[in-house]
Amino acid sequence: MSEPLLTIEHLEAAYGDARALHGLDFSLNAGETLALIGANGAGKSTLLKSICGLVSNKSGRVLFKGKDIAGLPANEIVKQGIALVPEGRRLFPSLSVEENLILGGKVKRPGHWSLDTIYSLFPILKEKRHAPSTSLSGGQQQMVAIGRALMSNPDLLLLDELSLGLAPIIIKDIYELLPKITGNGVTAILVEQDVTRALHSASHFICLQEGHISLSGDPKVHTRDAITRAYFGT
Amino acid sequence: MDWVNAIIQGILIGGLYALFAAGLSLIFGVMRLVNIAHGDLIVATAYLAWVIIKATGVHPLVSLIFVLPIAAFIGYWLQIGIFNRVLGKDILPPLLVSFGLSVIIQNGLLATFTVDSHKLNAGVFETSSFEILPGISMGYFPLLMFFTAIAVIIALQYMFYHTSLGRAFRATSDDTEVALLMGLDNRKVYAWAMAICLAVVALAGVFLAIRSNFDPFMGPGRLIFGFEAVIIGGLGNLWGTLIGGVILGVAQGLGAELDPGWQVLAGHLAFLLVLAIRPRGLFPRIAG
Repeated sequence: MSEPLLTIEHLEAAYGDARALHGLDFSLNAGETLALIGANGAGKSTLLKSICGLVSNKSGRVLFKGKDIAGLPANEIVKQGIALVPEGRRLFPSLSVEENLILGGKVKRPGHWSLDTIYSLFPILKEKRHAPSTSLSGGQQQMVAIGRALMSNPDLLLLDELSLGLAPIIIKDIYELLPKITGNGVTAILVEQDVTRALHSASHFICLQEGHISLSGDPKVHTRDAITRAYFGT
Repeated sequence: MDWVNAIIQGILIGGLYALFAAGLSLIFGVMRLVNIAHGDLIVATAYLAWVIIKATGVHPLVSLIFVLPIAAFIGYWLQIGIFNRVLGKDILPPLLVSFGLSVIIQNGLLATFTVDSHKLNAGVFETSSFEILPGISMGYFPLLMFFTAIAVIIALQYMFYHTSLGRAFRATSDDTEVALLMGLDNRKVYAWAMAICLAVVALAGVFLAIRSNFDPFMGPGRLIFGFEAVIIGGLGNLWGTLIGGVILGVAQGLGAELDPGWQVLAGHLAFLLVLAIRPRGLFPRIAG
């Protein structure tokens, strides 16, 4: 078997004195989709932020394509091929839809994704491309956020709470598009409150509990009961 | 006729105040830095022009060819070397650092150039004028300042809304963290903003030095005029800043017409009046 795309070794992270991650170890192969589940405050978002460089206060190693990227700033990590769709979308309000997308492609990594391919994935965005990004509906904003991350043609896509604040029908639409995104060879880590949906979309899962991995593996192998226990720590 | 002349001169001088203010506005918009040393930087670039003119003998306006890029270069490294180290969630440290920088610039200029005032000599161009109506005249130089201010504002607006650099400025100002995720190094973005700011500052500095005497301690006064123009016009709106400068200029002109001692006071009173009626300025764009 070839070397994993991402290997996390003894990763610890903290906000000031508050430790959020207590020595995580796991690895992810190219093409896999990993679901990251866990209760609020379990460290899911912190883990994503540690990988993409937004949390700097950390120790351990983050090996991406064999290179330790743990010490790099976020603006360098994106050039290595890791993109984050942040929780709450966080579009740039002063930028139009298209400007948000163009900025996503600033690092100019070659690959499948361009304005044209993003617009064919989300046709509505082409219609609204000159609109201020915040004038869009929540679902459309999420499409912009996903498109913006894809524009850098990442090898690893981090998706933080895609369904947050969206109507169920919209969530369903977005998740139906997910295979089209990961189908292009993109490896993904998915953080999601909706455990069922996350496990359904993923080939592997990790359940975090207070900064530790409480359970991991193939979603089909573990019983729902075991996953619930790992989630709540009972 | 004197009153009409005072108003016209006030409008034209408003262009200079808008030039004082444009850089302040840009820097505040991009990095939320209130740069107390802004006025001293204006004066410092006037001295820079003076040194260059003394060495080469070029016309003050020609000296801009050298002064602008040098000032932009200094701005870039000022940001990298000093301001970037203190910019963060707290707005107080950069404010204090800019205050310290202000003191250092003033005393550095004093030690180097003494307290004697200087002036840049632009020759006959400084005072030549034409009559637009009998009894009402316009100077070529004030007119040049005014149209330069308009050109600078058009250029800044274009840069801000239609170039990739402007996109980087807006994105970094909106959300520094997500801008980093796009591969934008906010420290470099800030450095470019400061470089552009100092180029505008240099333009203002040379105009100021052609128009009147300058000495090491006149920076804070220019800073106040710049602040007032920004606040009158409304934060984040460059055209508002030009109107703010014009209102300030006209108020000062009318004040001086009443009594020469009232010139500066009348400007401050106009500023207070606007602040009392519309605390967020006449044309605010940035919320909060």
